Order: sequence, then structure tokens, then C-alpha cells
Amino acid sequence: MNLPTIISAKGRGNLAAWLLWGLAAAFVAYTFVAGGYLIAVLHFACIYTVFVTGLNIFMGFTGQVSFGHNAFAAIGGYTSAVLTATYGWDPLTAGVLGLAGALLCALIIGYPVLRLRGHYLAMATLAIGLIVYEVAVQWDSVTHGYMGISGIPPLGIGRFTVTSDRGILIFLMIVAGLALLSAAGIRRSRLGRAFVAAAGSEDAARALGIDVARYKLIAFMISAAYAAIAGSLFVHAVGFVSPEVFGLPMVVLSFTMLYVGGIGTVGGPALGAIIISVLPESFRTFKDYQDLAYGAALIVILIYAPRGLASLPELWAKWRRRAA
Amino acid sequence: MSLLRLDGITRRFGGLVALDNVSLEIPGQGLSAVIGPNGAGKTTLFNMISGFMPPSAGRVQFDGADITGQAPETIAKRGLIRTFQLVQLFEGLTVLENVKIGCHLHTRGGLMAALLPTRAARAEEAAVEAEARRLLEETGLAAQAETFAAVLPYGQKRLLEITRALAARPKLLLLDEPAAGLNRQETDALAALLRRIAATGTAILLIEHDMNLVMNVADEIAVLDFGRLIAKGKPDEVRRNPDVIAAYLGTEEAAHV
Repeated sequence: MNLPTIISAKGRGNLAAWLLWGLAAAFVAYTFVAGGYLIAVLHFACIYTVFVTGLNIFMGFTGQVSFGHNAFAAIGGYTSAVLTATYGWDPLTAGVLGLAGALLCALIIGYPVLRLRGHYLAMATLAIGLIVYEVAVQWDSVTHGYMGISGIPPLGIGRFTVTSDRGILIFLMIVAGLALLSAAGIRRSRLGRAFVAAAGSEDAARALGIDVARYKLIAFMISAAYAAIAGSLFVHAVGFVSPEVFGLPMVVLSFTMLYVGGIGTVGGPALGAIIISVLPESFRTFKDYQDLAYGAALIVILIYAPRGLASLPELWAKWRRRAA
Repeated sequence: MSLLRLDGITRRFGGLVALDNVSLEIPGQGLSAVIGPNGAGKTTLFNMISGFMPPSAGRVQFDGADITGQAPETIAKRGLIRTFQLVQLFEGLTVLENVKIGCHLHTRGGLMAALLPTRAARAEEAAVEAEARRLLEETGLAAQAETFAAVLPYGQKRLLEITRALAARPKLLLLDEPAAGLNRQETDALAALLRRIAATGTAILLIEHDMNLVMNVADEIAVLDFGRLIAKGKPDEVRRNPDVIAAYLGTEEAAHV
């Protein structure tokens, strides 16, 4: 977590980069034509792209750690679910309210918690996730506890709704694309520079007039916003929500995606989300050994590309230079 | 008219008195230096001035305002920018980005500018880029602009830290042992650079170990020993001061060195 992350502002176009993104694009195109179960896998990958992109702004850019961003996804998701399924609100209005709620919680929680560093920050954020999970379980009258809320309407604005699998995929891909674009915009801006400065050296950042405490809070809130949007998208795409949806496994999964994809890079979260969503599926032929093969693949990736798949182009360039 | 004014600065660490009633005035132009043997309290003094540590007693005034005990970022905003004895770069970023970060204080853009690059936001980014490149040109790091700061040789790291501090447009630049670890050639180049900076109207206060550098560039020198100010004046006066010679060499016999 405190590893010095090399954050490059510009991806350099080379063969490995083209290959990587070409493969991803080919897979998406194939799935789109073939349809079926894989489309649901891609829905999932797009939603997680949004979530992990947000997490990356807080952890990758700003160099902090959070095990509790599932809390903000839960706040967004449950607000959407309750308001649309129980009270018949419009998904967009409900989603915006969920987003506002998550931002307010991030502000109130972040203000005291972000004084902590390293392992202490990790523990405190982990607690936030657990608390929100417990609330989702116990607040029966609103959340229906473990039973969850079903019959959540599909995404849409007013009378126009997106119901087909392919329609939802297109919509989610647009949202994921916007998430990546906004992260790229942030990374290149004065705001993003303040984030990476806080990650690089807090003392140096403060000596240059950067209010590090304030920028950590802003990064925390921005990443909470991404999480809330991902939570809302999830409940509408699946039509159901229960506490398990936003439990601890979500944290483990998003961390895996972040590190396999490449923490601190703009494209890493998307690569990680796609690979980690698809990898278990592609090992289905191994039957009983599926999990074993999946685990082995993860270890291989992290050994040979410790800064994630997004760093492969860089490794490729280095290898070329050595070969030349 | 002094830009920085220290009034009876005292700092205790438990029973140890690191700084004992230090009063000093630094003018708004030219090059001033604080020298002293190891452990004299030089870096502690810098930490008091730049807000990284509050003094136990005494006041710090900068540019007409009392800044005692204010946060480092607040003091930086007033135009007092420091560097560190152990170079503090953003190692994972390029040289150019390091300098761009230095432009933080005199630029404005927030989240809106990041998400919706309007004409004004793009113009500001372009101005930041141009200023960063111009500064790198001035300090001789332009060729390394796209290199990661982590892989620079040590001398260039020091230079980059100064360049980044200049990007913040300081009224007073505090340099903590800028020549530490530099070879003779690099030290000479640094001396020339510091003189150029001072000539453009930015006041400099440096802490230094390297007597050669200080005697070459400083207009005014203050000498600390065991937390007390034992002398101040022009380089020639300080060089001949018997207290200073005793503090540095221990005996008066070696005065001719």
C-alpha cells in the first residue's frame, strides 16, 4: 500500500498496449454478437470499472488506503433500490439522491478518519464497511434484512427504459467510459497533481502550499461518488439487492482488480475489472481445478507484472530495449 | 525593512534546548545564510520558520504578519517556500510534473476544471506547462523534463527541488543544505544559480555546512552554535570572528586555516 507507485501521466503507444486493448475490444465485440451469459459477466465488469476507478483515485492517485468503499456502494445501491422499488421513484432521481447521501457520509466519515495513516486508516475504513453492512442487515423495515429487495425497475429516464441485455451493456459501457475519461481528466489536472503530490511526499506537498488534509478528503469524496454510482447501477442492472451484494467479498474483488489491472494508472481499473470478471469463467473447463487455475493465474500476473497489466506496455518497451 | 523577523525563538525537546532565544532579521532581497556546526539547531530553526514544528517560545513574523504556529501550507501561501535537507521529490512523477505541482499556489482549477476543460482551464494548463518548461530551462534540467524524478542523479535531484520551489514564486526561498552531497563543480554551478535567483528579486535564506558556498554567495551570515546565535554580519566579519572559529575548529590555533 505504501509502495512508491510510478504513476505515468501518458500511456505510451506500443505493441503490447495495442495488443492488450485490442484483445479486450475483440472480447467485448464477440460477447456482444454471441450474447448469452457472457453479457452478464461484462455488465459486472463495467460496473466494477466504475467502482475500481473511484477506488484508484483514492488509493492509486492519492496514495491512501480504504477497505470500506463498499459502504458507499451500499448507500448508493440501497437508496436506489428502496426509492425505486418501494416508493416508485424515477431511477435517475433516486440515483442522484443516493449519490448525495454517499457524498455527505464520506464528508462526515472522512473528516475524522483521514487523520489516520497506513494500517490504522485501513482498519478504520474496514469498520465503515462492516457498519454499513450491519445496518443493511438489521434495518429490516427498510432493507428487508437478508431477504433483500427485489423487483427493482431497470435503468431508464422517465418513460424511456433500457431492458434488453445488449441495451444495458451499451449503457453500462458508456458509463464506464465516462468514468475512465473523468479519471484521466482528473489525473492531468491541477486537482490530480495535488492528489499525486500528497501520495509522493506529504511534507513536500505542504511546503508547496498544498493543503494535504483537504485534498485527501476531496479524493475520498470523489471516490465515494464513483462507488455510489456503481452501487446504483448494480441494483438496477440485476434487479435485486441484499447485504451480501456489498459485503466484504466486494472489497477483496475490487482490490484484486485494482492491483492486477495496475494501481495508479488510468486504464488499469478497466483492464483489471474485465480480466478478473472473465478469468474465472475462462477456467471453467478445468472444472474442479477452476479456483486453483484462477489463483495461479493471479500469482503469475503479480509476479511478472507487479504494477499490474497496465504496466505491460512499459515492461515490453524495457524488454525491447534490452534485446536491441 | 526586513521580510522575516524572528523574535526570541526557543525550542526545547524535553530537557534539551535546541534553540535558545534566537532573534534574527532577514531582508527582503539578497542572499542570507545561517551556518553552524552539526547539531547547532539550524534545521530546527527552519522547521520553526516554515511551520513544520511550533516554537516553544518566541514569535515569527513574515511579510508583516505573525505566522507563529501556522500550518506549513498557510505559510507557503504567504510566499515562504522551503526545500528539505533530505531531498523530498515526488519520485514516481516526471521532472516536468514535479515542477508543475510547484505551480499549485498561483493557479486555481478544481474538480470542474478537471472534468470540463473549458477555454479558461485549458489556458491555465498551457500557462503552467510553459512556466514549468521555462524554469527547467533556467536551471538546466530541460533535457530531463520527461524523466522520472526517481532516476535522476543526486545533484540533479537537488536542482529539481529548487526548480520546483521556484515554481511556487516565493518571496523568500528557504534552502536547507542545498550543497550537501554535491561535488565541487556542482556546488559552483549551484552558487551561480543562487546568485541568478537572488538577482531576479527573490530573497534566499540558506542553511549550509559548506563554508565555501556560503562565503562565496552570502551577503549576510548568522552563526548558530548549540542553539545560540553567536555571530552575524558580512562574510569577512564572520570569518574573522574568534567565537565562530572556536565553534567550528574548537581551538584558536587553527585560525589560519
